[in-house]
Amino acid sequence: MIMNKKQFFKEGVQAGIPIALGYFAVSFTFGMMSVANGLNASEAALISLTNLTSAGQFAGLDIIAASGSYVEMMMTQLVINLRYCLMSFSISQKLSREESWAHRYFVAYGITDEIFGVSAGYPGKISAFYSYGAMSVAVPGWVFGTIIGAVCGNILPAFVVSALSIAIYGMFLAVIIPPAKSDRAVMMVVIGAMAVSTAFSVIPILKGISSGFVIIIVTVLVSASAAYFAPIKEEGACDET
Amino acid sequence: MMKHNIYMYILVMAVTTYLIRMIPLVFTKREITNPFIKSFLYYVPYACLAAMVFPAILDATANRASAIAGFAAAFVTAYREKSLLTVALVACGVVFLVERLMVFL
Repeated sequence: MIMNKKQFFKEGVQAGIPIALGYFAVSFTFGMMSVANGLNASEAALISLTNLTSAGQFAGLDIIAASGSYVEMMMTQLVINLRYCLMSFSISQKLSREESWAHRYFVAYGITDEIFGVSAGYPGKISAFYSYGAMSVAVPGWVFGTIIGAVCGNILPAFVVSALSIAIYGMFLAVIIPPAKSDRAVMMVVIGAMAVSTAFSVIPILKGISSGFVIIIVTVLVSASAAYFAPIKEEGACDET
Repeated sequence: MMKHNIYMYILVMAVTTYLIRMIPLVFTKREITNPFIKSFLYYVPYACLAAMVFPAILDATANRASAIAGFAAAFVTAYREKSLLTVALVACGVVFLVERLMVFL
């Protein structure tokens, strides 16, 4: 079955809808906090449009508010967002080989936890247009959420924001649980990663490590162990032989 | 007096974040054949997403009880292999209901 660009785009849009919902709740909070820290709505929107990352933006806002140095800003973004490096590496293998190189520069912009999540969960190779489809809904959700949060932060009731906040986690579970049912190694990876990240949040010495670093450490540790103990067999051999 | 320019901050943030996302994707030109690295990359999404979900999900909503209910609902719906949108909406709906019901407790 050969999928064309349009079909990929459409599937991307469908995957992008729950992402946009979840983004809205988070970026709304970001917009509110930006105003509280002395930025205006357009500056907050510009940050959201150019960065497209939650934890990094919140940390960046703290640095702006504290009038920190540019080097500090760079280092903080590097540490918090370094997980995207792993995701980008993973996507480099997932993206169809026929895709022209120019597309990779654009796909890179959309590597967020959520867009990566749906892309990784997509069976088989993906086209750049799948990412574009997801971005076409998710990016406006992120940017408009920021603007609305900045302009009218107190209008949306807290219980609505609270309910929307769980959307992204629901999506992640929808990506990782079905494969974990059929593949024992994946199940061990999921349970292992949850257990290790829980350890990082409760053990006193490990608690101080930033959440961005914890994700990197857990991902590398658990994936490497799984690769060592349960190397994958060449099931995708059809494109090799 | 702010001695730093807001737009300079935004530029530094944006460029750093973009480069992290762009470099591996653009410069990994070959299909990776090393079995260990291939297996490693196969497991990365699961490990990464699982680590992001738990325990963070427990603090995602206004209170622990609604978060646990939302987590359970999402888990069951995902286990039944429903679509991403369905799982996300069921989780949101359950959080909403639990938080409304708790008002009466």
